Amino acid sequence: MAKEDYKGIWVFAEQEHGVIEPTVFELLGKAQDLQAHNKEEIVAVLMGNDVDALAPELIARGANKVIVVNDPALAEYSARPYQAALTQLVEKYKPSILLYGATPLGRDLAPRLMITLDTGLTADAIDLGYDEDDVFYQTTPAYGGKILAHIVILEKRPQMATVHCKMFAPLEADPARTGEIVKETVQVEADPDYQVVEFVPDENVEVNIAASDVIVAGGRGIKSEDDLKKLQELADLFGGQVGVSRPLVDNGWMPHSRQIGQSGVTVTPRLMLNLAVSGSVQYTLGMQKAGCIVAVNTSADAPIFDFAHYGIVGDYKQFVPALIEELKNRKA
Amino acid sequence: MKILVFVKQVPDTDDVALDPKTGNLKREGVQSMLNPNDANAVECALQLKEKFGGTVCAISMGPPQASRTLKTVLGMGCDEAYLLSDRAFGGADTLATSYTLSKAAEKIGDYDLLLCGRLATDGDTAQTGPALAAWLGLPQITLASSLAVEDGWVICDRKLGDMRQRVKAKLPAVVTVTGDLNKPRYATAMGLMKAGKKPFFTWDAAAMEADTSKTGMPGSPSSTKGVFEPEKRTTDTKYLSGEMVDIVKELVDSLEAEHLL
Repeated sequence: MAKEDYKGIWVFAEQEHGVIEPTVFELLGKAQDLQAHNKEEIVAVLMGNDVDALAPELIARGANKVIVVNDPALAEYSARPYQAALTQLVEKYKPSILLYGATPLGRDLAPRLMITLDTGLTADAIDLGYDEDDVFYQTTPAYGGKILAHIVILEKRPQMATVHCKMFAPLEADPARTGEIVKETVQVEADPDYQVVEFVPDENVEVNIAASDVIVAGGRGIKSEDDLKKLQELADLFGGQVGVSRPLVDNGWMPHSRQIGQSGVTVTPRLMLNLAVSGSVQYTLGMQKAGCIVAVNTSADAPIFDFAHYGIVGDYKQFVPALIEELKNRKA
Repeated sequence: MKILVFVKQVPDTDDVALDPKTGNLKREGVQSMLNPNDANAVECALQLKEKFGGTVCAISMGPPQASRTLKTVLGMGCDEAYLLSDRAFGGADTLATSYTLSKAAEKIGDYDLLLCGRLATDGDTAQTGPALAAWLGLPQITLASSLAVEDGWVICDRKLGDMRQRVKAKLPAVVTVTGDLNKPRYATAMGLMKAGKKPFFTWDAAAMEADTSKTGMPGSPSSTKGVFEPEKRTTDTKYLSGEMVDIVKELVDSLEAEHLL
């Protein structure tokens, strides 16, 4: 079958325990732009067990059609049954595009579809569109995030991507929107070799920095774990939390839960101090919507200054103790 | 237990250059290192070996220079190293890479557990582990922040935002691990001396009976069409300068004026 014969913009409508992942609505929003260009149908693919009730909202959020699959083997997410079910649907309908949210579940599932469908999969795209040659592209930060790349899947179909969360605005739910709901069945069995033992609130969750009003963030230029403790002291004075860029997680100084950026947490504090952070795209994707951004870096041309409302070209080792002293004096 | 651990050599810097013709990474002159999450996977494999006995095989696809990374993990304590190196592997996306790794796993055979880092810092895709599992038809656990093996099952915790999920998969299985799993050991001088005597295999496509239409660029459906500079954000930055004591006073005054304190 020629690639031109594949039609349809598909969005994998990730749901767990009857709740649709919000990124699905963002993808349905972005799919309107793609549809304006390629005139293809927007289809949400909803899989689970007893999930019919979720279909109307997908139409209200911009899907032209919802394909619903109910099967006891799909009641809880498991990679191999979901892989089998989605593969069967794609082989039957042959969409040209298949998008997933770049959530833990989406990133667990999509690479397996790449194998069974023998096609390309772009990871964690931050934008999608059609270029001047009419080619569908996915934008990703490349090589540490100093540059962006357009990834294309020229010959294979569907063109697949996982898409970063919170990049696109969802449509307002509009119950007046109409669409078709199609029930499908698949041949799928529960995986006897994979079990979810428990799914509980994390009692050891160190801290949820995404919920913090003030964040003091340290980057690659932070010299020692002792210096990180000073950052914590500063954060305490602000009533905030410490976050870090990826190098300080990679070297084991901080847990992944404190990592800001595309492969970490997206934060939107009212006040954010960035100390010895250079500001790669990978990092700034996770903090560019912060309210007031302060940057301290010895290098005047660090990209973080492009985001900063207040910039200090200097050494965090002098800045941090001076600011701690100043805040203490004012509190006294 | 036979554990396969998949490792990647990555640039030890964000300052990397591109080949303007191919859009691929220029590797010359760039310091390299073991991908951080892969070090966690190696540490995990070594701890399991200490507990259960067995063999830890380290596998890396890359140019001949990637042998340095394999020497490092042999120095940490891995038993055997496999370098998958062939011009036919160049320019691979995650589909072609995972195919090539799966062929090595099949040739080594008899594996119980396959470990990968959560992602590699140069590509950030996090796709190779689950794709490898799919090629081999195995169950998988991604994003493991803890790992235990009991009665033929691997049991892991996954941190998902505010939630914690505990899952188990029957061996053989593929697990991708995060940096929270452990603190990787360093290769010791003694370890590196012993590493020179350990089995080290270099395999090309023919050695693994890999179909070269599925490796490298021919086996890669996705490609980079163009690279460009991110659009500069133009925030009006107020630069504070002078003595540090004055800078922080001015900053705190400004933040107070904006009701941010």
